[in-house]
Amino acid sequence: MDVSQQNTGKPFPGEVHPTAGGGILVTKLDEVINWARSNSLWPLVFGTSCCAIEMMSTAAAKYDWSRFGFEVARATPRQADVIIIAGTIVNKMAPVLKRLYDQMADPKYVIAMGACATSGGPFFYNTYSVVKGADHVIPVDVYVAGCPPRPEALLHALITLQEKIKNGVPGKIRLGDQEQTGRAES
Amino acid sequence: MNKDELKIRLAELLPGVTFEDGAEWTTIVIDPACWEGFARELCGGKGLEFDYLFCVTAVDWKTHFVMEYHLTSTIHRHTVVVKAKLDHERPVIRTVSDIWRTAEFHEREAYDLMGVEFVGHPDLRRLFMTDEWKGWPLRKDYDDPVNMIKL
Repeated sequence: MDVSQQNTGKPFPGEVHPTAGGGILVTKLDEVINWARSNSLWPLVFGTSCCAIEMMSTAAAKYDWSRFGFEVARATPRQADVIIIAGTIVNKMAPVLKRLYDQMADPKYVIAMGACATSGGPFFYNTYSVVKGADHVIPVDVYVAGCPPRPEALLHALITLQEKIKNGVPGKIRLGDQEQTGRAES
Repeated sequence: MNKDELKIRLAELLPGVTFEDGAEWTTIVIDPACWEGFARELCGGKGLEFDYLFCVTAVDWKTHFVMEYHLTSTIHRHTVVVKAKLDHERPVIRTVSDIWRTAEFHEREAYDLMGVEFVGHPDLRRLFMTDEWKGWPLRKDYDDPVNMIKL
């Protein structure tokens, strides 16, 4: 999916046809669901190294990701919609990450924040302990470059994820042991 | 005790011992065989009383290992660094975990990553690496074709 430089999404998917005493809303249910989901993404409290500091900064007053609907960071995966992999994933952490992801309710989304989560980054060569990219463990929706990325970059990633959801890119749903895509395109 | 006084005192304790110059702290190089008695003297000796072991490190120099112990005294505010040269084939040294309790974890770490064996350690097993891990990852000659990508 291409990333647009400006947010071109409509504020609400649908049209209001005015009638006497009110109006009739014409829309598609799938689009309304996507719209609702994209604007209340609850991130999981998860940070394994310095990227987590930038993530906390993004959450704090100056950058304030609650402007985009991310303020409800959950300390349990069962209530979270999106996991931001903020930091290095080492071999011992990989099963923990997998378990956290499996415990999240569908639909669920993953953002790989920074060089370590994307590819291993500075630990790609000559390291015995680091997973070379979190996508070896769980599927990733949005990658963010940087070491660590600036809060603006993380915000851009979060908005990109919102656009993905609004455009009907499905979250992953696990059926049995097969990784399958979610609802059919509307 | 200032640095010169400390040097004289330590030279009295271990005659013929060598000092290293040019570092921030007084550095003494000992024979690992006499480490236990020397350590007890450093910990309990009158006027020395090094009661705080704040760093334990193993260094791989390819031909040999060097164990480094950073000691300080919270009473006298003096610091000493003790180095002991170990054989590269089989690095063995007496534990000091019974003298400074903090050494228990520090020595486990040195064992886990460098493979230094501490004789008399109460619980010498893997600390960071998994129990079934083979090899000593921080050694210079360590190779791991599965997990490591070579530059």
